[in-house]
Amino acid sequence: MQSRKITYTNSVQPKIQVHSVFKVYETSGGSEVLALENINLEVESNEFVTLVGPSGCGKSTLLKMIAGLITPSDGSLLIDGKILVKPSRDIGIVFQDAVLLPWRNTLDNVLLPIEILGLRKEDYLQAAYDLLHLVGLKGFEKRMPNELSGGMQQRTAICRALIHNPSILLMDEPFAALDAMTREELGLELLRIWEETKKTVVFVTHSISEAILLADRVVVMTPRPGKISQVIDINLNRPRSLEMEFFEEFKDYSFIVRELIHSSRNT
Amino acid sequence: MIIQKLNMNHRNLFLSKKITLDFGLPILTLITLLFGWQVLWWLTSPPPWFLPSPMSVIEVTLKWIDVLPMHAGITLYETLTGFILAIIFGIPIAVVIVYSTFLQRTVYPILLAFQSVPKVAVAPLLLMWVGHGELPKIIVVFLVCFFPIVVSSASGMQSVPSSLLDLVRSLSANPSMVFLKIRLPNALPYIFVGLKVAITLAVIGAVIGEFVGSNAGLGYLILISTQQFDTALAFSSIIILTTMSIILFYAIELLEKILVPWAPRQ
Repeated sequence: MQSRKITYTNSVQPKIQVHSVFKVYETSGGSEVLALENINLEVESNEFVTLVGPSGCGKSTLLKMIAGLITPSDGSLLIDGKILVKPSRDIGIVFQDAVLLPWRNTLDNVLLPIEILGLRKEDYLQAAYDLLHLVGLKGFEKRMPNELSGGMQQRTAICRALIHNPSILLMDEPFAALDAMTREELGLELLRIWEETKKTVVFVTHSISEAILLADRVVVMTPRPGKISQVIDINLNRPRSLEMEFFEEFKDYSFIVRELIHSSRNT
Repeated sequence: MIIQKLNMNHRNLFLSKKITLDFGLPILTLITLLFGWQVLWWLTSPPPWFLPSPMSVIEVTLKWIDVLPMHAGITLYETLTGFILAIIFGIPIAVVIVYSTFLQRTVYPILLAFQSVPKVAVAPLLLMWVGHGELPKIIVVFLVCFFPIVVSSASGMQSVPSSLLDLVRSLSANPSMVFLKIRLPNALPYIFVGLKVAITLAVIGAVIGEFVGSNAGLGYLILISTQQFDTALAFSSIIILTTMSIILFYAIELLEKILVPWAPRQ
């Protein structure tokens, strides 16, 4: 924790910068909806940040904006200090559904980004094997997606997001479709992968405990219009474990986050 | 290794049992029905022009064995040519529709509306326009096959999960790459659904075409044999037609199993 704190304060430039971003959507009826209002956020290199909030708070929109898939109506986004105009290749994404290609085996699914980026598959073969090993899928390289459990599919999706070695990993409720136990297991596994690979992670979830357990900082968002309510530093030791959920500090964090979300609802 | 082998044996046993159940039982039922029909025919002895016996159908088939393959061949030729032409034109048109919002808004709705035109009703017109011979039949087959193929291909290419498209977009994939690696393979199971619908319609289309005006083919044979009260020959032709239709359908399904092993199956 201490060492992380130091890199945090010493870093010259934030990895991701979101400056007074607004997003306005036009509905089919012609009226305008404010999806994001004045979002300001900086994410440091190697930091694990979770975005938590109820549905409609714009957390997924914000994530897609960082991915370069949605352009802000106003404000600016910077990656490594450079203004983001199109999707950056330095980003890996994991969605709620694994969306593996059913006609490709595990290994070829992991290598999909390599093919799309026009890189040589042979150069990344070893990396693909290593990643699959890292997530505990050694021996499953030739299996087809329909032979994998939901958790295994999502593990494969994580490997696919990491194969081109991006420095940023964006995750949009990646474990929401899994059962509770697989979800906890994968959460901890993700932390292990993160410790080993040192990525900057932005992780969207609607689970408060998941948000706290994984994060260095939790960004609490509230809906209508979507905005950041508060950013909370999580001062729990690493490596994290499931028992931490019973710690008093953890309960305090949960209480604060829950209060922030509920108070926004009652107004 | 031994366990694996045992497993395989067990699997083969299970498979052969499944095949026996899946094919053996229906065939047994069919034989029983035919036998019942023959017995009933012996008991009631209806006039042969009204209902021939299975025996007499076999007899007639053997009597006509010299010309039946020729007629069947012509119908098969019309069916396959129209069907293949529908694939050759249908799939590229589906691609164009998927990639062009303009065509999607202008041509596609009209195409869907045209699908409601009973293609059978157009057959006499075709006869008028392109005359006798195989061409009008091929056109009827083409028309009945074209729409299911276009619609299924287009919906297959459009039904790519949006998060998958987001993923490739985040990697700045070029459109041809997305088409070849994502949209086309994703559409394959849908295309095969369309092909299976189309092939059954294709046989019907060919026969209808022959009904309207021809001097060869199984449809023609059915028409003249009923006019001459040779009901057994009509039955024989219908059986050949049905067999042809079934074989074509399963040929497509076999092709699907080879090309699209990941397709969901019932």
